[in-house]
Amino acid sequence: MSTAAVTDKRPSTLRAASLPKWSPWAIAGGSIVLAIAIGLAGGLTKVQWGLIAAVLFILGTYGIAARVEGRRQAKDRVATSLVWVAFLIAVVPLVSLVWVTISRGVKVLNLYFLTHSMGVVADSEPGGGIYHAIIGSLEQVGLATLIGAPIGVMTAIYLVEYGRGRLASAVTFFVDVMTGIPSIVAGLFILSLMLIFKMQPFGFAGSLALAILMMPVVVRSTEEMLKLVPNELREASLALGVPKWRTILKVVLPTSIGGITTGIMLAIARIAGETAPVLLLVFGNPFINNNPFEGAQASLPLYIYQQYSQSAGANAAYDRAWAASLTLIAFVMILNLVARGIARWKAPKTGR
Amino acid sequence: MAKRIDVSGLTAYYGSHKAIEDISMTVEPRSVTAFIGPSGCGKSTFLRTLNRMHEVTPGGRVEGKVLLDDEDLYGTGVDPVSVRREVGMVFQRPNPFPTMSIFENVAAGLRLNGSYKKSELSDIVEKSLKGANLWNEVKDRLNKPGSGLSGGQQQRLCIARAIAVEPKVLLMDEPCSALDPISTLAIEDLIGELKERFTIVIVTHNMQQAARVSDRTAFFNLSAVGQPGRLIEIDDTERIFSNPSVQATEDYISGRFG
Repeated sequence: MSTAAVTDKRPSTLRAASLPKWSPWAIAGGSIVLAIAIGLAGGLTKVQWGLIAAVLFILGTYGIAARVEGRRQAKDRVATSLVWVAFLIAVVPLVSLVWVTISRGVKVLNLYFLTHSMGVVADSEPGGGIYHAIIGSLEQVGLATLIGAPIGVMTAIYLVEYGRGRLASAVTFFVDVMTGIPSIVAGLFILSLMLIFKMQPFGFAGSLALAILMMPVVVRSTEEMLKLVPNELREASLALGVPKWRTILKVVLPTSIGGITTGIMLAIARIAGETAPVLLLVFGNPFINNNPFEGAQASLPLYIYQQYSQSAGANAAYDRAWAASLTLIAFVMILNLVARGIARWKAPKTGR
Repeated sequence: MAKRIDVSGLTAYYGSHKAIEDISMTVEPRSVTAFIGPSGCGKSTFLRTLNRMHEVTPGGRVEGKVLLDDEDLYGTGVDPVSVRREVGMVFQRPNPFPTMSIFENVAAGLRLNGSYKKSELSDIVEKSLKGANLWNEVKDRLNKPGSGLSGGQQQRLCIARAIAVEPKVLLMDEPCSALDPISTLAIEDLIGELKERFTIVIVTHNMQQAARVSDRTAFFNLSAVGQPGRLIEIDDTERIFSNPSVQATEDYISGRFG
């Protein structure tokens, strides 16, 4: 009998020893205490304490679980603890970034700061504000979105609904290439056009460069969203005698509008922080310029850069740079919240 | 209102692959015709050639003639969109539009094809839902999403949506295969009522269903995997199930197939 030769490794009972529920917390606490002790003894930095704690946590989890529960459960617990450690490593810089920006940014951030420009304030003196930069950012990003989002969405519609053969694969290829264009290159491209036509810096030139940066992101995300729309819905609509363009407009787009909006908002968030093309094309301006089609403008990322680099270490300028950074983060965050709101509001309805 | 379909020498391709070959048949108005046959024999493909949905699939093309009362669906200058307004379709899986309410789903075909007054739409929606035996179940929640209905109700919603545009012919591609016996019964009863007004063609894998609902039955088969599907015979349902003229049909129906 060949089957008898195989030893049955299964235990005779289904029950097995298991660690109590609080054990991961206890192991984590123990490894943190141990890491602090090692760190203090060795005179290490806090980052090193953290790394030691992480390593101790993973090794401790494996050791204890292997002894009490067995190897398979130990591997499972190690995988879980690795995920936790990775999560913490990812979250720590994010939280500390937000924390530093908020704690340093609130110093001068008030209504006066948001509603006044730097027109009559020297960079090294306190006072002044970012009104001109907010106006510039809103106009440039707004115009870039007006250009980039429709072109991007329509390109994606072409690729998903109509695109066949050479042209479609060429478009896909160039969209991929465009995704990788460094922002300064987009800026230089528009700058070369400006030089040909002998133009001075103005806000709309920056919008054009930002639109170039935005388009591929919009195309990619919209494409993915359109592909998620089940083919059955398109066929259902076509079979009702609805023309293809109306099917796309009334069935495909509404079904995916939540995801498309999220994609556009993320693209806006990406270009809102671009400095390089704005520096080249919009140049910066301490005065309020409401006209994006004529004359230099400011923008938030450019303002931050200039306050930091051109003020010769004046504390007032640093404070303003932090406050402007906080404003920029808040702007992007509000956009994301708006996108989530739209996505939830427009999502295919469920429930009875 | 219902129209006759007259198919002659129809061959359909997916790219270079010939899916069905040289099919000819006549479907009488105000009757139910069932297509039966093994998987992959081209029943659904043939069904989709009857309202030009076949060409929606990339690479799909058709040779031959399909006459809808004397007008060739594949003639020059024929707009597939107008064809589909005449020949409606119900799919295998219920597919209500997820962004639309029950009311909007039924009204979708009309609304997307032109503008209607709200009162006009309400009448048509009520009539269509009644026609699909769904009105009593949904009349109090017309503004709720269609995806909240049960599978059988969703399928009847799709039928209501299809008949709301008043087609001449209704094609059904295995409309009950995703449904339980009770919902299936509801839809079979519905088919019996609808045939007073429409010409109905139904694809089914369920031979009892074909025997129950149809007046005529067509048996499709393919000689080998990769070969195009062919129409083996079409005759009165009673005759197909009692005394078919081709041995293969008898083998398939009596389960002695293959």
